[in-house]
Amino acid sequence: MSSRCEVLVIGAGVIGCAIARELAKFKIETVLVEKETDVGSGVSKGNSGVLHTGLYYPKKSLKAKLCVEGRLMFPELAKQLDVPYKLCGKHVIARTEEELEDLESLKAVGEGNGVRGLEIISGEELKKREPHLDALYALYSPVAGIVPPYLFTIALAENALNNGVKVHVNTQVSAIKQVNSGYKVTTNQGVFHADLVVNSAGLFADKISAMIGIDDYKLYPCRGEYLILDKNCRDLINSMVYPVPPKIAGVLGVHLTPTLDGNILIGPSEEFINEREDTRTTKEKIRQLIDGAKSLLPSIPLNQVIYSFSAVRSKITSPEEKGSRDFIIQEDVENFINMIGMESPGLTSSPAIARLVVQMIKKKMDLKEKTDFNPIRRRITPFSEASRTEQTSLIKANPAYGEIVCRCEQVSKLEVLDALNNPISEKTISAVKYRTRAGMGRCQGGFCLPKIVEILKEEYGLSPEEIKLKNLHSPMFIGETKDLRESKKSE
Amino acid sequence: MSELPSQDVDLIIIGAGPAGLAAAISARKNGLKNLVIIERNGWLGGILPQCIHDGFGLERFKEQMTGPEYAQRYVDELKRLKIPYMLDSMVLEITPEKKVFVSSPKGLFYFGAKAIILAMGCRERTRGQICIPGTRPAGVYTAGVVQNLINLKNVMVGKDVVILGSGDVGLIMARRLTLEGAKVHVVVEILPHTNGLPRNIQQCLIDYDIPLLLSHTVTEIHGQNRVEAVTISPVDKDLNPIKGKEQKITCDTLLLSIGLIPENDLSKNFGVKLSQVTGGAIVDENLETSVSGVFACGNAPCS
Repeated sequence: MSSRCEVLVIGAGVIGCAIARELAKFKIETVLVEKETDVGSGVSKGNSGVLHTGLYYPKKSLKAKLCVEGRLMFPELAKQLDVPYKLCGKHVIARTEEELEDLESLKAVGEGNGVRGLEIISGEELKKREPHLDALYALYSPVAGIVPPYLFTIALAENALNNGVKVHVNTQVSAIKQVNSGYKVTTNQGVFHADLVVNSAGLFADKISAMIGIDDYKLYPCRGEYLILDKNCRDLINSMVYPVPPKIAGVLGVHLTPTLDGNILIGPSEEFINEREDTRTTKEKIRQLIDGAKSLLPSIPLNQVIYSFSAVRSKITSPEEKGSRDFIIQEDVENFINMIGMESPGLTSSPAIARLVVQMIKKKMDLKEKTDFNPIRRRITPFSEASRTEQTSLIKANPAYGEIVCRCEQVSKLEVLDALNNPISEKTISAVKYRTRAGMGRCQGGFCLPKIVEILKEEYGLSPEEIKLKNLHSPMFIGETKDLRESKKSE
Repeated sequence: MSELPSQDVDLIIIGAGPAGLAAAISARKNGLKNLVIIERNGWLGGILPQCIHDGFGLERFKEQMTGPEYAQRYVDELKRLKIPYMLDSMVLEITPEKKVFVSSPKGLFYFGAKAIILAMGCRERTRGQICIPGTRPAGVYTAGVVQNLINLKNVMVGKDVVILGSGDVGLIMARRLTLEGAKVHVVVEILPHTNGLPRNIQQCLIDYDIPLLLSHTVTEIHGQNRVEAVTISPVDKDLNPIKGKEQKITCDTLLLSIGLIPENDLSKNFGVKLSQVTGGAIVDENLETSVSGVFACGNAPCS
C-alpha cells in the first residue's frame, strides 16, 4: 500500500487525535497512524483523567498557557463530541503549618497563570465539604474537573474519521525519509507520502524524531501505577484530593480522584524504568499507593480495591535532574513538527495543543476550511445513564437495550454491539471495555466476558482463536475445546 | 413511571439458581400463588448447568448426579407447579418500599412485592481484588469463568496452566483442563491447608498427578500480551512472600480460585445489613434480613 496525504500524524493518543480532529476542518488529506490496535492505548487511557487548572506550571510556559486554554476549550468540545465530564473541583490539602506556605505559592502560581476562583480554606471548612478528610488547610480550585480520558480520545478520533481523516491502527512507523516533496514514511502497513509530519508519538516521540536525524531528544519512561476502588466508596469524597506536591519529584504526588462513574482512583506512583512498555504493577508501589491513600483519607477501605493498572509517562527530565520541563512543540526540520515530553497536563491541554499545531501548519501550507465540517459526534445513550422512563422507550425501540451484558456497570447488549461495530479498533475485549465500561466493574468481567465471547462467536462468526484481549497478539483462547484434545490424541 | 408495565405480587425471588428454585417450589407448595422468579441469565439453574462434574444430589435426592441433572430436577418441579419466571431479566434496583425494577428485552418492568427472597448467589474474587502484581495479559481467568467458557461456550483457554487457590472450583477445573488436554503444572495455595473437599483433592489432583503446593502464592504475572509465566513464592506464617525463594513457572494461563463473594449489590442499596466479614446479608433463624419481609438464601446470606 502506498498513499499520499498532506499531513501525517504519528500516534493516536489524545493529542494526536485532537490534532487530527482539528485538521479535519480543512480541505486537506490527513492520515493518523497508530501502532496499537486502538486509539488512546498508551498513557491516554492510563492517567487520572483530570482537567487541570494550571496551578503547577511556571508562568509563560507552554504548559501553563495550553493547560489554561485547553481547559477553557473543553466544555464546548465535550458538548460537541458528547463526552461526559464534571467540574468537581479539587482540594490540595496541607497537613502541617509549613505546607500552608506551599498552598500559598501554588495559589500565587495559579493566579499568575490566570486560574480563577482559587481559595485557601480552613480545616473546618474542608470538613464541611469533605467530611472524611482531615487537614489544617486546603487550596480549593473550583474549576478542576474529571473526564474519562479514553472516551474523550475515542470521540476525537471518531469525529476526525467522520470528517474525512484516515485512521490506521496496527500501523507502526519504521522509517522516515525526507524527500523532495516532503516525507516518505514507511510502516508495517505500507508507505505514506506526506507533505508534513506531526510527531505525536508520546513515549516514542524521541525515536520517531531520530528517524529524521534529530536524535538529541531522550525520553525517560516514568511509570505510574494506580488502584481503583469499588463504587461502594463513591460517597467518601466529592472532589479531587491532592497532597502538596513532593518537592523534588516533578510529579503531583499520590492523589484521590473520584471518577465520573463513581469509582475512586488512587495514584499515580512514579518510578523511572528502563523499558518503555513495561506497564507492570509492583508490590512496592501498590504498598506505596495504599500508604499514600491512607495518609490523605485514613478511613479509606482498601479491601474495596477492584483493579490495579499502570501507564508510562514520557518525561524529558532524567531521574537525576528531577522536576519537570516544559512541553517541546516545534518544527525541528522543515515541515516536521516534533512534540516531545507531552506529560501532564497533556490531556487538559490537548485541545489547545491541537489549535497551536494547526496554527503552525497554517504557516506552512494553504489550509482552506471545509464548509461541511461536522463538529457533532454522538455516542449511543448508555443504558445506565438513562432514566427509567427513557430506559422503557430505549428497550421498546430496540430490545437489545433491555439485555444487560455487564451486570456491574449495567451495560446493555446494544451498547456492546455498538462498541464492536466501532469504526476504528478491532473487535477486542478491550475495545468493548473502554467504550462501554463492560468489564470495568467489581466482578471484572466474570459475568460479561462469557456473554461477550458468545456475541463474538455467534453474531460476528469469530473463531475462539480470533478473539483477542487488547491487540492482535493477545489471544484469549487457543481454540475449541476439542481441538487440543484431538491434537493430543493424534500425537 | 406510569408507562412502565407494573404488577403487584406476593413474592419476588431474585435468582433462579438452586436456592431460588428451591425457595419458589417451597413457597408454592406452602400455598403461595402469586410469585415470580427473576433470572438474569437465559436459563434456569444458575451456575449448575456449567457444573458438569458429578457429586450433586447425594444429600437431597440420595443419588449421585451432575450439576445439570440436579438442576433439572428442580426445573421439572418448577414447571410442574407452573411457577412463573422471567429469563434474561436483570433486576436494576430494589427500593426500600420493595419495588423491583427489572430490565429485559421485552421491556422495563416494575413489581411491587409483599416479600422478596434474595437468591443472587455469589461472584468470584478476582486478580484485581488481591492485587497480584505484574502485567495484564490475556490468559488470567477466574475458575468459574473458565468453567463457563469450556463447558458452555466450548472454547479452550490455554495449554499450560497454573492454578492459584485450592477451592473446589479450582480443583474441579484442574481435572477438567487436564481431561481437555491441557497441562496443569501446579495448584498453589497460600494457606498451609487446602480449602477443597478431600474427595476433590483425591479425584481432581492426586489421580491426575497434579502437584499441590501449600503455603505458596503467585507474586507476579509475566507476559505483555498473553501470559508467559508466573512467579510463585513460598509465604511465611503471616502469609507474606519469602524473598529470594521465588521460582518462575512458564505457562500461558493463570486460573484463580481465590474465593467467592456473596452478590449483594442490590441488597445493600435498599438497606439490607451485610456482614462486614463475608459481605453476606445478615439473617435470622428464618433467613429474614434486617429489612422486614426480605429474606436471603443460598450463597447470598452470611452463614
